Amino acid sequence: MNNLKAIGSSVLALTIVLALNRPWGAIPAFGPLLSPFTGFWQNAESVATTDLEFTIKGTRQPVTVLFDDIGVPHVFAQNDYDAYFAQGFVTARDRLWQMEFQTHAAAGRISEIVGERALELDRFNRRMGMGFGAEKAVKAMLADPKTKEIVEAYTAGINAWIEQLSPGKYPIEYKLLGYAPEPWTPIKCAYLLKQMTSTLAMGADDLRMTNLLKKYGAGVVADLFPDYPTREDPIIPSGTKWDFTPLPVPATPKDSVMQQRLLGMAAPAFNAGLIRHDPSVGSNNWAVGAEKSATGYPILANDPHLTLSLPSIWYQIQIVTPTLNVYGASLPGAPGVIIGFNKNVAWGVTNVGADVLDFYTIQFKDDQHSAYLHDRQWKQTTRRIERIKVKGKPDVVDTVYYTHHGPVVYMGAQKPFRPNIPVGHAARWIAHEAANDLLCFYQLNRATNYDDYVKALAHYAAPAQNFVFADNSRNIAISPNGRFPLKWKDQGKFLLDGTSPAYDWQGWIPAEQNPRVKNPPRGFVSSANQFSTDPTYPYYLNWQFAPAERGRRINQRLAAMKGATADSLRGLQNDNLNLRAVDALPVWMPLVDVKRLSGLQTKALGVMNAWNRYNDADAVGASIFTVWYEQLMEAVWKDEFDAGDTLPMRYPGFDRTLTLMQRDPQSRWFDNTKTPQRETIADIVTQSFQAACDSLQRKHGELGTGWAWSKHKNTSVRHLLPGMDAFSAIGVQNGGGATVVNATSEKHGPSWRMVVALGPSPKAYGVYPGGQSGNPGSPLYQNMIQTWADGKLNELLYFQQVTGKHPRLAYKLVLQQR
Amino acid sequence: MRLILIIAVLSFVAQLLLPWWSMALVAAGCCYWQGKHAWQSFGQAFAGAALVWAAYALLIHVQTGGIMTNRMSQLIIKSTSPAGMLLLTPLVAGLVAGLAGLAGYYIRQAMAPSQQIVGKRA
Repeated sequence: MNNLKAIGSSVLALTIVLALNRPWGAIPAFGPLLSPFTGFWQNAESVATTDLEFTIKGTRQPVTVLFDDIGVPHVFAQNDYDAYFAQGFVTARDRLWQMEFQTHAAAGRISEIVGERALELDRFNRRMGMGFGAEKAVKAMLADPKTKEIVEAYTAGINAWIEQLSPGKYPIEYKLLGYAPEPWTPIKCAYLLKQMTSTLAMGADDLRMTNLLKKYGAGVVADLFPDYPTREDPIIPSGTKWDFTPLPVPATPKDSVMQQRLLGMAAPAFNAGLIRHDPSVGSNNWAVGAEKSATGYPILANDPHLTLSLPSIWYQIQIVTPTLNVYGASLPGAPGVIIGFNKNVAWGVTNVGADVLDFYTIQFKDDQHSAYLHDRQWKQTTRRIERIKVKGKPDVVDTVYYTHHGPVVYMGAQKPFRPNIPVGHAARWIAHEAANDLLCFYQLNRATNYDDYVKALAHYAAPAQNFVFADNSRNIAISPNGRFPLKWKDQGKFLLDGTSPAYDWQGWIPAEQNPRVKNPPRGFVSSANQFSTDPTYPYYLNWQFAPAERGRRINQRLAAMKGATADSLRGLQNDNLNLRAVDALPVWMPLVDVKRLSGLQTKALGVMNAWNRYNDADAVGASIFTVWYEQLMEAVWKDEFDAGDTLPMRYPGFDRTLTLMQRDPQSRWFDNTKTPQRETIADIVTQSFQAACDSLQRKHGELGTGWAWSKHKNTSVRHLLPGMDAFSAIGVQNGGGATVVNATSEKHGPSWRMVVALGPSPKAYGVYPGGQSGNPGSPLYQNMIQTWADGKLNELLYFQQVTGKHPRLAYKLVLQQR
Repeated sequence: MRLILIIAVLSFVAQLLLPWWSMALVAAGCCYWQGKHAWQSFGQAFAGAALVWAAYALLIHVQTGGIMTNRMSQLIIKSTSPAGMLLLTPLVAGLVAGLAGLAGYYIRQAMAPSQQIVGKRA
């Protein structure tokens, strides 16, 4: 009996220990997680005020890092190597999990951490050639002595942090997911930059446009998907003279046999991962010249819009050495500062959106996929084996076939939708080019004048950015800049024939011929992802860019601005005027048939009449307009331009739709072909208004404050792991909108706002929606969100030397060499 | 009461150096050595280990303003109150140590049953 009790109780005790010591699917191991000695309790932090000293291997001389009250490190090193070592060290200290997770994502390694549910994502990233591109990029980085030094120093700094880390101090996400950090390597820096290219330069409408061409023919496509919008105000002001002799542009090929066949093939779908570029992932930047500024020096502003996430996308840092003093926003995982300023210059970036991803139809010789047709010859493919580790499952091995264009992302054999056509599409993508983008930022961090800026930009490939610039010598400039393929007009608007050399990318636009303008007569430069140039630019960049509303509004305000201060530019960053509504409502409102409206709808129409067109937090009109717009676009286009997965297509843009409403109100497109009667434009406008009101009523109840824009928009800053509401900021209350200068939508928004007033010593301000610490248990995890939502900025402390005096300094961290 | 303190002190020291489950070894060993009765062994091991986790967790909670406690409460038990995590934490420690203590006591009984009589008298 006693034996039985002894065995029984021992088995029970052992079972519960073992059960609590291991994860169960997505449920973490509760024993170690709850232990105050090693678990989440160890991640709880209070406001740091005590100085720290680390004795570690790797630095050459002592490094002092001052941390201010919002957790920004100010690194003081005596040489470059130590400076970037310290940047790696402090960034890892605040953001280790994030930087590793993001590079794992780029490398297609999320399944290793979360298991099978990430397999398709991993497979997609790998098949797009992220690894292929990162391997080329790291070679280019390590081939240049400067970037080699900074990447290696940064890597060593991260690893020095990891080496002294005990499991109890691992970031909470490691504990929840049950894994451990691995050593950093230089290729991870390359993966991080590829991840940005994938976020910002993976837009591809080629398939949808080809399907449209097949269904409606060239006439309709040219009419509804024009190559330049009605309402536009390009980044390089119209009338700017091009001061170069352009290269001859390759001839537009006469339609080859394959190109004809393309239309007949109607590939129903790429694999699931290929999404259209999200238009709300855009950005603003501008600089006002000395004559417009109250200080007599230029003032520069930048706010890159990205998916709002925690830990924050950006990490503020100041790096000081005897030859460098730069402050700005860095990306955890890349050495140096990406957007920032030094004593003499300031710079910022927005996305260009040039077409740098094209798809080529590949004709394989046979099912072996070892040869493909190009230039009337069978050319060899190369095979790249992708081995994907999956948590709790055997490895998945994937073979990707590479042509000279690039990887064949989709293979007919894998999803046999048309088994008789042994054809897939090869991706020709800028991310596959060997380039050393880091060298651009390395040089910008040290730039002293306009010429340095121009030289730095020549090293930059992707994702192409509108680099805005201002300096102490009262110059301002902007350049849509990156490595742009030399294309014939509309090359890549549709799928391309991969068998004919005439369709290949045939060289590059020379870097010095990228669009650029310095000190334009209007006294300011700006960009908001709209068209880079007007149609006089001799090269083709893309047929579509982000809608022009933000850019037009910025230019309106800057043109009128006099005696600008940093605060006036801060005000413009928070401008909520909805120019889309200003454009659209004079057309829509008279078309609404008031006789058909219910009581609530009549009241809602009254709200629209009274609305001042600003997407302020409490504006009900902004909610109604936004849903009305969505309903109206559906009502006009869904019947003819949405055939679901059988034939992926897209709607014409808003600019074209509005122009159609103004100039061709009798157009056949306004009829809903799914109903027996013929609808007029007035029917469509009225019905979509009613539908919008119904939708808002269902969601928010009776018309009233419940319909307020901030509530409907429901901006949230979410943790990188889906479903982690506990580590997210849900329902941030502010104004803005996707096509508003303050480009805050539900999931996207200004990920960093910066204003720099140049002068004898720069005065700078900035904020981002999060905090310097990536630790959800830190008071500095999301401490800046409210400041951001309020549209305010923090002063950025720009020190000249190590000081203990400043009232906003919190503590000091010293790295001593062992 | 003495056993509670012994388990608390020893399991605290053990967990400074060893994984969290070292508290189970401490509880089993102490109850093997000092356990007088089955339920007393369970209870005192429970209390000793739970005390350590409760005190340490509460100390961290108070020192850090409870930011992490709140977030983890929301994540794990969907509660906005930190009390959830402050209770769940010692409960897990207590359960593990209690069962280990019980096992320690019964193992002793299996090896030297005379102790059972002592236990009953106590």
